[in-house]
Amino acid sequence: MGSLQLKSIRKAYGSHEVLKGIDLEVKDGEFVIFVGPSGCGKSTLLRTIAGLEDATSGSVQIDGTEVGHVAPAKRGIAMVFQSYALYPHLTVKDNMGLGLKQAGKPKTEIDDKVGKAASMLSLDPYLARRPAELSGGQRQRVAIGRAIVREPKLFLFDEPLSNLDAALRVNTRLEIARLHRSLKATMIYVTHDQVEAMTLADKIVVLNAGQIEQIGSPMDLYNRPANVFVAGFIGSPQMNFIEGARLGDISAKTIGIRPEHMALSRESGDWKGKVVHVEHLGADTIVYIDSEQVGLITVRLFGEHRYAPDDIVYATPMVGSMHRFGDDDRVLA
Amino acid sequence: MSKARDSFLRTGFVHVALIAYTLVSLFPVFLTIINSFKDRNAIFRAPLTIPTPQTFSLIGYETVLGQGDFATYFQNSFIVTIVSIALVLLFGAMAAFALSEYRFRGNTVMGLYLAIGIMIPIRLGTVAILQGMVAANLVNTLTALILVYTAQGLPLAIFILSEFMRTVSDDLKNAGRIDGLSEYSIFFRLVLPLVRPAMATVAVFTMIPIWNDLWFPLILAPAEATKTVTLGSQIFIGQFVTNWNAVLAALSLAILPVLVLYVIFSRQLIRGITAGAVK
Repeated sequence: MGSLQLKSIRKAYGSHEVLKGIDLEVKDGEFVIFVGPSGCGKSTLLRTIAGLEDATSGSVQIDGTEVGHVAPAKRGIAMVFQSYALYPHLTVKDNMGLGLKQAGKPKTEIDDKVGKAASMLSLDPYLARRPAELSGGQRQRVAIGRAIVREPKLFLFDEPLSNLDAALRVNTRLEIARLHRSLKATMIYVTHDQVEAMTLADKIVVLNAGQIEQIGSPMDLYNRPANVFVAGFIGSPQMNFIEGARLGDISAKTIGIRPEHMALSRESGDWKGKVVHVEHLGADTIVYIDSEQVGLITVRLFGEHRYAPDDIVYATPMVGSMHRFGDDDRVLA
Repeated sequence: MSKARDSFLRTGFVHVALIAYTLVSLFPVFLTIINSFKDRNAIFRAPLTIPTPQTFSLIGYETVLGQGDFATYFQNSFIVTIVSIALVLLFGAMAAFALSEYRFRGNTVMGLYLAIGIMIPIRLGTVAILQGMVAANLVNTLTALILVYTAQGLPLAIFILSEFMRTVSDDLKNAGRIDGLSEYSIFFRLVLPLVRPAMATVAVFTMIPIWNDLWFPLILAPAEATKTVTLGSQIFIGQFVTNWNAVLAALSLAILPVLVLYVIFSRQLIRGITAGAVK
């Protein structure tokens, strides 16, 4: 079991409000990701759930029990930190077993659980080593192992992959996805990387300036962003935003269209423009176009294309791919 | 330093400066030690020459060790220094941890208040301290000295250690909290091992003034049973006649323990001094 309810969580440092009333429900076994730009309050929210920070007001319930005044160790949670936060003077085995030891569990039980977690993460050969003798990826696996050993109701991940290099990041991401499937545990994960969010999450919570902008499955957010912020945050390259008036649509303030939802042609099309820059990525070609009618836009084409700067091209949006946003930046029905 | 920027002239100047400074620093120590092995006439006739077979004499050491009480003096100095260092490190580290780790009202003011002790010499309060010790019946006890030295050492200890404790990762402490460690275990088991170099630095800076102090032993604990080495050596300095052999021998002996303690701490010390500057 591991469900979580947040009710109007507020957190202020002095007069500066970091969280402005967060309501959220996480069901047992869900993988929920908090995503948002730096300083949006996502880490603070995670720390509030962990009990490392006290909310100024609001309630946190784990499995229906109010935990506002419960110490972090007694909340049934485990946390994985960005900086690994391994105890430098303890061996891998002791690092993983410390929580259980503090809880007064018998030694045989601790050894058993540490052994299981270690084999799950292929850490067996390193059990006697100290953190300083491990690579970054191994350290993060130990940190994940330390969380597994506690058999928590909630796993909390605070940007666990940010300190790893690109290749390791992909591997560890797969590892976490695999763990979630095999443990069927509730996981809450903070990241600013939308690729991690899209690939891992059952449910993404987009935060901005201390407020929830939208909650939904990855494809929900991609296909039906609720507002300009979410539309711009999810998807890479970023969605093109064009003033509604430029397209003759006076009811919409902004019209959004994803770079991959446009076709490009040298002969004819809706918007004429000049190529400013081209990025060849192999699988994709990203073309930046300066168009008289709609301004600077980005078009993402699949495969290789031979466009060069100063070419004259025509871009055409695909039918039904436009997102229309009103004066309050919210999506229009 | 990279080889490319290394010019012979540049390193030459650096070394000349360092060697000159070393000589200047070591000269008094050297002078004390060579003269402690000479007879009285030789000390005055040729103070700068090293002992020759004609002038070599252990009379100073014989006087000092024959006096009998020097073992007690050394013991007193040791007790006062070691206990004071231990208390300064313990309380200093605890206060530094509280100041750097917890947000509470008056945190900054408290930090400033504790740092003021670095700027105001404790000797200004000698009269009040003496009155207090008399009232508390602590005059002529080692406890009086330990209390005064602990107070004297704390401000610098707190100042240095709180800076270091700020560098200990918050995630590590939070991981400890989630694993169920108490705040005391976090302090003793996670934070203290990581600031060990800083502790060594503080220990050395605390130790030397305490070991060398003459003022407070003279005022608070001048009794025979509580004399420290520095005070004990003074018996050989009279108003009219000074037994230089004995004074120099006593001083030479007093250097030894400090040297030993310094060697113990110094490996950590260098790391402590450079930790902030070099990553």
